[in-house]
Amino acid sequence: MKVALFVTCLVDLMRPSVGFAALRLLEAAGCEVVVPESQTCCGQPAFNSGDRRAAIALAQKTIAEFEGFDYLVAPSGSCADQIRTEYPGLFLDDPDWRRRAEALAARSYELTQFLAEVLKVASVPGEFDGSVTYHDSCTGLRSLGIKHQPRRLLGKVRGLSIKEMPEAESCCGFGGTFAVKFGDISAAIAERKCVNLQAAAADAVVGGDLGCLINIEGKLRRMGDETTRVLHVAEVLAGTNGKLV
Amino acid sequence: MRSQAMFFQRRAGEALADPQLQRNFTGLRDKFVGMRARAVNAYERDFDELRDAGQAIRDRVLDNLDVWLELFEEKATQRGATVLWAKDGREICEQVVAIAQKHGAKKVIKSKSMLSEEAQLNVALTAAGVEPVETDLGEYILQLSGNEPPSHILAPAAHKNLDEVADLFAEKHGKPRKSEIQALTREAREALREHFLSADMGLSGGNFLIAETGSVALVTNEGNGRMVTTLPKVHVVITGIEKIVPTLEDFATLMRLLPRSATGQEISNYVSVCTGTKGVDDSDGPEHTYFILVDNGRAGLVGSEFQPMLRCIRCGACMNHCPVYQSIGGHAYGWVYPGPMGSVLTSLYTGLENSLDLPHAATLCNQCGVVCPVRIPLPELLRKLREKQTECGLRPWPERLALSMWAWIAQRPGLYSLATKIGVRYLNWLAGGEDRIKVLGLAPEWTAGRDFPAPQGRTFKELYKQGQERKT
Repeated sequence: MKVALFVTCLVDLMRPSVGFAALRLLEAAGCEVVVPESQTCCGQPAFNSGDRRAAIALAQKTIAEFEGFDYLVAPSGSCADQIRTEYPGLFLDDPDWRRRAEALAARSYELTQFLAEVLKVASVPGEFDGSVTYHDSCTGLRSLGIKHQPRRLLGKVRGLSIKEMPEAESCCGFGGTFAVKFGDISAAIAERKCVNLQAAAADAVVGGDLGCLINIEGKLRRMGDETTRVLHVAEVLAGTNGKLV
Repeated sequence: MRSQAMFFQRRAGEALADPQLQRNFTGLRDKFVGMRARAVNAYERDFDELRDAGQAIRDRVLDNLDVWLELFEEKATQRGATVLWAKDGREICEQVVAIAQKHGAKKVIKSKSMLSEEAQLNVALTAAGVEPVETDLGEYILQLSGNEPPSHILAPAAHKNLDEVADLFAEKHGKPRKSEIQALTREAREALREHFLSADMGLSGGNFLIAETGSVALVTNEGNGRMVTTLPKVHVVITGIEKIVPTLEDFATLMRLLPRSATGQEISNYVSVCTGTKGVDDSDGPEHTYFILVDNGRAGLVGSEFQPMLRCIRCGACMNHCPVYQSIGGHAYGWVYPGPMGSVLTSLYTGLENSLDLPHAATLCNQCGVVCPVRIPLPELLRKLREKQTECGLRPWPERLALSMWAWIAQRPGLYSLATKIGVRYLNWLAGGEDRIKVLGLAPEWTAGRDFPAPQGRTFKELYKQGQERKT
């Protein structure tokens, strides 16, 4: 099974350890993993900013790069959803590209969904000595139905216990460019998320989307919380726990 | 009401900085969200199937709106009502004033009507020498408080707390200050009773218009709607043309959705279906009934990509569940309707160019979409409005330039790799060896309220390539 890893632009820039963790998880599950070298961004920032032309151009680029593999897997619910749910709609007037978009969409997955539902992995390499609380990122949760998959997988990590936070399904306030366009509102929403996750009194907050995690970590540290670790679910499942190895 | 949506950014900031407002919002948020969740869980069947049915009813109407409106007009006229059509707020005001003058009305009692807010009807009535009296408790509070605009479509005075209302009543009613909700509502009731008995005309909105019977349905919790529609000799109903439903059975289906979504009630305290004028055997009811069916931008949405917005049954669930609305309340949105549905309606009804911030003031979390009883894809509509702004060249040029440059580079992998390599090093230099950046020069809005975690130092692509080279 040939799986192409869609690294995502945020992981590429901010936290390569997430990409390597995803790679490790997929390989441990027996996949042949390819990382197409020319990949950049799925185009979601353009799509959500109302620049449809740029969104289409980046979608075409991504489709061409990834359509030759059995699966596309991304360590992000919102990037996976852009490809899976939104790409076909970008080509309503273009039957050829629409077919290609639909073909890729059907084979594109968020990482934990892929591990849990397609590969149905029985075990994961991870080890974590402590408790985690899981933040459900909006797009993954409400568009892709990612809720129990990461929790089930985290349950297989040796030493790890899960403590649910209140309002786990509430938005963290990131929202892409929203976080900068309306920085004050965004930070206010993030504060509420942080108060909720602190109430779980877990050693780490874990999530599946780096955008949310950057927002949450930034707010936690500004609030003076130096102890709650902020980790991507791939890092915990792979056992790298935030380290670049 | 003239839109103030262009001041969104500033007014949102003011709301965030007001500790009393913030406390009021917290209580409200927990109440509305909790009540809906309990009602949906307690519903004996699948609530999502009910939402499908609600959507189907609304779509059926909107796909042939003209036909249903004609049927409504025919049935309502048969029952003795007069059906008038208003194209905009000005025409609403002209027609209501003309009706008041025709019947010599000096005082009009009103139950809640958001369209009356759209038209600024109270201003027009007052100018014509007719006294408007708001009888919905929330609207009454706002009228006493110097005609404040509503901040929520169900609970217009949601931004005020008990103490503020107690102070207001003590000042305006000239009675000893009361501090309990029951005592305050009793005092309002006493003040309103005189108005109910002395008014010449009643004015209401309408939750639904029922085509097969020519009726208006009113869904209220306070009973004031009953007074307004039965006591005076004249009853005027103002509603948008989209509020129509084909049959009473359709109305019943939507009534399973509306109170549960709005206030978490299985059924509201009062549901009134008013048809025509007082009949010979009726003990009460108006002698004259007028329907003013209003366009004010709605017809332009029919058949467009924004038609799904017209499904809206005004339950308020989208704003109750919106993290942005929960943080800033309703006034920052600047017009009649706040929250996600308001951001769409204000843009469409008052002009894209006057509401530049509204479609962007959302995280697109889709909490609104999943609670909407008629499945309006609100995030999708907000995104479409963003596209419209871009198409019309309405976005500020620095934003357009940045986005174009980024998109241009992202289509060129070699250049993109170089740019990200430089970017990651720049960010690391800013962090100065720390694990975070305290002030981000390129995005100070981010670091005003939180830190920006430092990147790990190299891009994934760089590290991956190094790893591959080592292997070979």
